[in-house]
Amino acid sequence: MAKQTVDQKLAILSDAAKYDASCASSGSTKRDSRDGKGLGSNEGSGICHAYAPDGRCISLLKILMTNFCIYDCSYCINRASSNVARARFSVDEVVKLTIEFYRRNYIEGLFLSSGVIRSPDATMSDMVQIARKLRHEENFRGYIHLKTIPDAAPELIAEAGLLADRLSINVELPTDASVQQYAPEKKPDQIRKAMADFRLRKEVSKDKSHTGKRPPRFAPAGQSTQMIIGADGSNDAAILGQSTRLYSSYKLKRVYYSAFSPIPDSSSKLPLIRPPLQREHRLYQADWLLRFYDFQLDEITSVTADGNLDLEVDPKLAWALVHRAVFPLDVNRATREMLLRVPGFGVKTVNRILSTRRHRALRYEDLIRMGASMKKARSFITAGGWSPGGLTDSIDLRARFAPPPEQLTLF
Amino acid sequence: MHRAVMPRIGTAQAWRDAARQFLAAGIPPEAILWGDTSTAPDLFGDTGAVQAGGQVSVPRSFISMASTVVWHTDRERFARLYAFLWRLKGTPHLMTDRGDAELSRLRTMEKNVHRCQHKMKAFVRFREIGDPEAPRRSFAAWFEPTYHTIEPTSDFFVRRFSDMDWRILTPEVSVVFENGTLSFREGQEKPALPEDASEQLWITYFQNIFNPARLMVKAMQSEMPKKYWKNMPEAAFIPQMIADAPARARAMAEAAPSLPPARMAQVQAQLAAHQSAWEGPSGALAGEIVACTRCPLHCNATQAVPGEGPMDADLMIVGEQPGDQEDLSGRPFVGPAGQLFDQIAGQAGLDRGQAFVTNAVKHFKFTPRGKRRLHQRPNASEIQHCRWWLDAEITQVRPKLILGMGATAAEGLTGRRDAILSRRGKVEETPSRTPVLLTLHPSYLLRLPDPQAKADATAQFRDDLKAAVQMLA
Repeated sequence: MAKQTVDQKLAILSDAAKYDASCASSGSTKRDSRDGKGLGSNEGSGICHAYAPDGRCISLLKILMTNFCIYDCSYCINRASSNVARARFSVDEVVKLTIEFYRRNYIEGLFLSSGVIRSPDATMSDMVQIARKLRHEENFRGYIHLKTIPDAAPELIAEAGLLADRLSINVELPTDASVQQYAPEKKPDQIRKAMADFRLRKEVSKDKSHTGKRPPRFAPAGQSTQMIIGADGSNDAAILGQSTRLYSSYKLKRVYYSAFSPIPDSSSKLPLIRPPLQREHRLYQADWLLRFYDFQLDEITSVTADGNLDLEVDPKLAWALVHRAVFPLDVNRATREMLLRVPGFGVKTVNRILSTRRHRALRYEDLIRMGASMKKARSFITAGGWSPGGLTDSIDLRARFAPPPEQLTLF
Repeated sequence: MHRAVMPRIGTAQAWRDAARQFLAAGIPPEAILWGDTSTAPDLFGDTGAVQAGGQVSVPRSFISMASTVVWHTDRERFARLYAFLWRLKGTPHLMTDRGDAELSRLRTMEKNVHRCQHKMKAFVRFREIGDPEAPRRSFAAWFEPTYHTIEPTSDFFVRRFSDMDWRILTPEVSVVFENGTLSFREGQEKPALPEDASEQLWITYFQNIFNPARLMVKAMQSEMPKKYWKNMPEAAFIPQMIADAPARARAMAEAAPSLPPARMAQVQAQLAAHQSAWEGPSGALAGEIVACTRCPLHCNATQAVPGEGPMDADLMIVGEQPGDQEDLSGRPFVGPAGQLFDQIAGQAGLDRGQAFVTNAVKHFKFTPRGKRRLHQRPNASEIQHCRWWLDAEITQVRPKLILGMGATAAEGLTGRRDAILSRRGKVEETPSRTPVLLTLHPSYLLRLPDPQAKADATAQFRDDLKAAVQMLA
């Protein structure tokens, strides 16, 4: 076989990496290179340098070190039994690509993942070497996200955490049973142990020594994971149950949901029916309600009978439509907790309402200026100059928000 | 009538100085004509200095807003800011009134400028214009911002690219960073920048990271509006990528599953060898406990926590179940309850290192509440399932005395579910006739709110530990 060029390798190894949803570059320590001795900065908030026509942001150079893999996970394009073209980057090639892309302002940093070759330790140690070279030889101060390999040696994970901003391990599927079925070589308990170990390391790195010295920060942007949606039969209640456990047990920064996408050269084990992308969107909305709006899991998932989220209306609206007895709320009196439950009000809007109503009573127009989505909110609130009247309890309220019913096709 | 003309470079500071002077001199908004270099000079204006007045104080949040809004292109921006500042004099809390029409408008302008700054940080594309081997490399970019965002955004590029020379050229104001010094110049025409080989690699990356099976063009365009496309090398390929996507997705769905390649057998052999190295030696109790799936608790916990300590210990200490910290670390009694136990045991003369320490239930049972895990008491069936392991540990260690702490341990050891408070301090037996001294669980002491009750219970607990020490003496 002729030697592959960097361009050919990049094509293969970025194609192989696109099924990872995460491209976040936010939430790490603030740093810059104003001293002229290094390259790069981190601003706290992430920057999306481009968007692909699939609507996803491109913030990082997201590539695999290699797509050779000894594992045979049926949902994965890089599984051992797949006939996809294979390639492998050398350590220097990845370092050079990252630096050259960064200098041209194409990216915020590197998201490096890899298929498992030879052994988990050997693979992880090559990945750590890339991060070490970027940090210590190139003085790179941009963002680095490493996908760790669950059964790699603890020393390697420890070093990876000191070099990278974020580490992640994918739980892949929502239940242990489906991981066993579709990814026979992966062990859910080992993945959980790796996450537990990460949380402990991060907590230890926060303790000051008796002299008041702080140990080096361990992966300041935390850990994240990804779950594939729709490859197995789990309903949304099971998926969200799994993510609340992950958030509470291991203090994850994010759980990513990735709607199972057909891949070239697929395995016969999988149902090749693509789940609606809307399902992924609803899961993210529910995830936000759980983390920032004080909703409890059963409140969101008990709205429908089958434990799946309503695809037609968002989860907060679905909850409000079932609990109309608590509405309409008076925006001039309601508590913060209740205001957060109004469909169309976000955290920012609620904060603005609270700070303004200290000085005066709010009117309907004020809410528009505060950025509330009144098309949704108006049925659930009263304000100066506005009362929803019978709207809150009207039978067709749901129909006002849901898309119009479609004639089923006969063919 | 006063006239204030704001320069194109250094606008923020100029507006701030002028506004401070006007405000201190008590000049109302209607007596000032604001303009920038594009405004025609007004015949009736007077650019002369105003009488210096006293001190003025302005909320910090206004200054931060004003220093962004001045970069907007709205002709009225300076006047609007000053008019709002004038109103703010008497009512400082106006800054928190987000429903106020004028503030809302200024905040919208601020948001527009911030967005424009953010897009500039994202979409500027440098090309190398110097020697790639030179000690200090040199790059240039052509950019067309919507608002006057070059000056306020340039510091971002200084923070990021201080070890190289760079320039961002625009039709209005250009910024040049050379040898560590930043300077602003007049704008210029679009220059011809040299070709850059890395650009081809970037385009390759952009084309391949795209997943044709999930086309969402609207989502892309709302974040990357078409007006920026002409200066982004990768954007030229977007129409073709969109056009090809449906056919590519269909081909993927229609392709029949293929047979695995020949190397698959080799890989599987390697994998089998690799996996056997990860299994623990068979027969070891701790290893078997860790792999336990006898009850559903293993699904949510991180790991089972087997007992630890000398296998020939005289004393065995049995707690309830691992907590948050134990679940993470895989070791018994390392959390807050374990620390309290160690403290009181020290006072009672009990050496934990000499005892075998374990739990009645080996997996952590909890419910997630927000970002925390709330401990839940194991039920009878879970205790029953885990008794299998507890009995195995007792058989291996053969202790002379077991110290059972809390109701769950009492149930696991004796099989009886009666209230622990009436049983503590007394000796019962396991079915295999090992004596069991029952006492409270240290986490019970941690949870008691009343200080007196807490002190009493702690004293009782200490007495029980002392009794255990005496029984073994």
